[in-house]
Amino acid sequence: MDILYLLIPLSIVLVFLIGAGFWWSLKSGQFDDLDGPGYRILMDDDRVRAEDGQDASLPENPPK
Amino acid sequence: MTDNCYHCGLPIPSGADFSVEIEGAPRAMCCAGCQAVAQAIVANRLADYYRHRDALPESPREALPLELQELGLFDHPEVQKNFVRPVGEHEREAALILEGITCAACVWLNEAHIARQPGVTAVDINYATRRARVRWDERQIRLSQILEAIAAIGYRAHPYDVMRSEQLAQKERRAALWRLFVAGFGMMQVMMYAIPVYMAGEGEMTADIEQLMRWASFVLTLPVVLYSAAPFFVSAWRDLKLGRVGMDVPVALGVGAAFAASTWATLTAAGAVYFDSVTMFVFFLLSGRYLEMMARQKAVRGIEELARAIPAFCTRLPRYPAMDVERIPVAEVGVGDTVLAKPGETIPVDGTVLSGESSADESLLTGESRPVAKVAGDAVVGGSVNVASPLVLRVDRVGEGTRLATIQRLMERAAAEKPRMVEMADRIAGRFVVTLLLLAAVTAIVWWNIDAARALWVFVAVLVVSCPCALSLATPAALTVATGAMTRHGVLVTRGHAIETLARATHIVFDKTGTLTEGRPRVTAALALGQVELIEAWALVAALEAASEHPIGRALRDSAVVGVAPEPSQGIPPHITFAPPGATELVARTGRGVEGRCGGLLLRIGTPAYVAELHAAAEPAEAAGWAAEGATVVALGDAAGWIALFRLEDTPRPGAAAAVAALRAQGLAISMLSGDSPGAVARMAAGLGIGDARGAMTPEDKHAAIKALQDGGAVVAMVGDGVNDAPVLAQAHVSIAMGSGTELARSQADVVLLSDDPIHLTEGVTVARRTLRVIRQNLVWAFVYNVSAIPLAMAGWITPWMAGIGMSASSLLVVMNALRLQGQRGK
Repeated sequence: MDILYLLIPLSIVLVFLIGAGFWWSLKSGQFDDLDGPGYRILMDDDRVRAEDGQDASLPENPPK
Repeated sequence: MTDNCYHCGLPIPSGADFSVEIEGAPRAMCCAGCQAVAQAIVANRLADYYRHRDALPESPREALPLELQELGLFDHPEVQKNFVRPVGEHEREAALILEGITCAACVWLNEAHIARQPGVTAVDINYATRRARVRWDERQIRLSQILEAIAAIGYRAHPYDVMRSEQLAQKERRAALWRLFVAGFGMMQVMMYAIPVYMAGEGEMTADIEQLMRWASFVLTLPVVLYSAAPFFVSAWRDLKLGRVGMDVPVALGVGAAFAASTWATLTAAGAVYFDSVTMFVFFLLSGRYLEMMARQKAVRGIEELARAIPAFCTRLPRYPAMDVERIPVAEVGVGDTVLAKPGETIPVDGTVLSGESSADESLLTGESRPVAKVAGDAVVGGSVNVASPLVLRVDRVGEGTRLATIQRLMERAAAEKPRMVEMADRIAGRFVVTLLLLAAVTAIVWWNIDAARALWVFVAVLVVSCPCALSLATPAALTVATGAMTRHGVLVTRGHAIETLARATHIVFDKTGTLTEGRPRVTAALALGQVELIEAWALVAALEAASEHPIGRALRDSAVVGVAPEPSQGIPPHITFAPPGATELVARTGRGVEGRCGGLLLRIGTPAYVAELHAAAEPAEAAGWAAEGATVVALGDAAGWIALFRLEDTPRPGAAAAVAALRAQGLAISMLSGDSPGAVARMAAGLGIGDARGAMTPEDKHAAIKALQDGGAVVAMVGDGVNDAPVLAQAHVSIAMGSGTELARSQADVVLLSDDPIHLTEGVTVARRTLRVIRQNLVWAFVYNVSAIPLAMAGWITPWMAGIGMSASSLLVVMNALRLQGQRGK
C-alpha cells in the first residue's frame, strides 16, 4: 500500500495540470460560443456540394 | 406557402407581383424588399439558406436611402476611432452587432456572404451573442461596403464599442465558468478519495492511509472553498455589514462550518471529514447561479440592442441661421456648433437653446418624469429627449459618453429595478433565514446534549438543507428566462414589473396612430381654398412641417417635397419641385398642429378647429365631409382665412385584425383611443373588429379614459407610439411601445415591440402568463421542500452531503422549471 503515498500526490498534481489546461482553453475563448461550431460544420459541407465544387473563395461583386 | 412570402412568411398583399427563382422554382415574395434580399442571396449562391433555416427571418424594411446614405458616415475616421482597431498596416478589425438573426442558418448566411466580399480577410460570428468580428483590408473595401453587403441580404449590422459592456459580460462569463470548473473538478476528485473511506470495512484501511486521503481531499477542497465559494462569503459578509440576512448567509455559514470542522478533524486526525459534501454543495450551487447568469446576460443583450437604436448621428446647421441641414456623426460635433433637435429625438450633446420653445424629458438622467420647459437661453442635457417642438441648440459640451451613458442608464434601470414579486420573495427569504438560523442554533444545543459528536453535523445539515435558495431563485429565474424568451419573440421587456403586469392585464388599449395602422398616413387629396395656388400652399406646408416627427406632419412633408398623390385628378400635379421657404418661430401643439411664421405671415397647420382660432372663419364644407368619411383632415390657414385642406388616410397593418382577434381570444378587452377624427377611428375599428373605439381624444382625455378603466378595477396595458402618448403610457399599468416609434415612447415604455407587429403582443401575453404560472409552481415547490426537509434535518436523519444534494436539487429544479419558458422558439 506504500505506493499510495506516490500515487495520491501524483493525482493531485494531475488535477492541477488539468486545471491549468482548462484555464488556458477558457482564456483563449474556446468556451465563448458553444452553439455555433456545431451548426457551422453542418452548413459548410452543404455549401461545397451546392456549388458543384466551385471555389468558395471566388471573388464576387457585392450586390447593390 | 402560396399566400405567404417565401422569404419572410408574411402574407402577400393582393396585386403584389414579386418573384425570385430559388432552387429551380419561382417563389412569390411579399414586397420589393424581400425580393431584393432573396435575389442577393441567390446571386451569391447562398440559396442553401432556405433549406437549412428553421425560423423565418425578419421582414426587411424596404431599404431606406437615408439609412444607406448614413452607412457612409461609418467610414469616417472620427467615427471609427471608437470601434475599429488597426491590425497590421492596412488591416482593420471591427466588432458588429447583427440584428435580425433568427436561426443558425442566418449565422451561416451572414458568415458566407461577408467572407466573400473582396478584401474581407476574416469574419467570425458568435452564434450565442449575435456579435460579429470582421477584419478587412482597407485598400480593397470600406466598412460601409461591408455593412451594405449585410443590408443586401436583409440583416442590419451596427458597429459597437467592444470595450465596454460586452467585455465585462465576457469576463463575468469566463470567471463563472472557471469557478464552476474548479468546484466540479474538485468535487469529482475529492469524491475519489472519499469513496474508499466509505467503502472500506472495519480495519481494512490503516489510519495513515485514511489520513493521507484526508490531506489529499483537504488540498483539493481548499481552492473550491477559497476561490469557487468566495462570492458566497463576500456577499454574506456584505449582507451582515448592512445588517441584513440574505440567502448567502446560511450558505456561507454552512460551507464555512463544515470546512472548518473537517480541517480540524484532519489536523487532529480525529472525527469525521465532509470535504466531499462541501465541494458538492458548492458545485451544485454554482451550477444554478451559472444558468441564471447566462439567462440574464441574454436578456441584457436585447436591452443593449434597443439602446443602440438611439442615433449615432445628429443634424447640424452649418450656416445657422440659414436652416439648411446636414447629418453628421455625433462624434464629429464640436463645441460651438449649432445642431437641430427634432421633437422625439434624443438630444445628442449638452448645449444651450438658441431658438425654439419646447420641453425636454430628462427622466433618464434625473428620474423626474415631467418634461422640463426649455426656451431660448436654457441649458439642455445630452441624453434627454426633446418632447414638443424643434429646438436649435448651441453645443456647449461634447463627449463620446452621451450614447454610451444612455445605454448604461437603460441597462442599469432594467437590472436595478427589482420587481415587486422578487422583493417580496427576498423579504420572505430574509425572515426565513433568521428563523432558520435560530432553529439551527436550537438544534445544535439540543443535539449537544444528546450526542455531542453529531451536533455540528446536524447543525450544518439544517443550515444547508433549508437554505432558501430555491425560494429566492423562484421568481428571478423565471423572470430572466421569460425576458429572454420574449425578446426572441420581438417583445423587449425593459422594466422589472412588466411581465407580471402584462400577465395580469385585463384591458389592452391601443392608440391608433402607428400601433394598429402602418403609422404612415398618406395624403389622398388636397384642396386650395382660394387664397393662393395649391403649389404655393404645398411650399408653406413643407416649411411648417420641415422638422416635424409626427406621422401626419411627416406625411405632409413627404407629399410636399415630391408633391405626389395617388389621384392626380383631385388637384395635385404629379411632381412639384421648389425650394421651401424657411419658417421661423415654429411651435408644435400636441394633438392640434404647428404654428410658424413664414415670410412675415403667421400660419397654422393642423386640425381645422386649431386653425380656425386664428381667423374665426366658418369651416369649409369639405372638411366636415371628409371627416364624416373617416379621413383625417388637416387645414392650413393664416389670419385672413383658410388656405388649403388636406385629406389623410391611414391603412391598418397587415396583421392587425388577426392580432386583435387573438388578443380577444386570450380574454382581453380591447379598446382604441385615438386623437384622430371619430369617423376615421370608427371606420378603422369596424375593420379591425374593435367594439370600444373613441376618437378625437386629446392626451388628457386618453389619460382620463385609462384612469376610469383603472378605477373600475381593470389592469390596463397601453400600446402607444407617439410623442404625445408619453404621459398616457405612464398612466397605464404597463406600457408598450412600437420599436419604430419615437425614442421618447421607447425609452419610457415597459415593453417594446421590436418587430412592430402587434401579433407578437399575443405571444408576449402568452409567455407572460406562463411565466406567472411557473413562478407560482416554483414558490409552492420551494415552500413544500423547505417545510418537509427541515424537520428531517433537525431529527438528524440527513447528513450534510444529502442536505447539499437536496438543496442544490431543489434550486436546480426551480431553475429548470424556469428554463421551460425558453422552449417553443418562434417558428
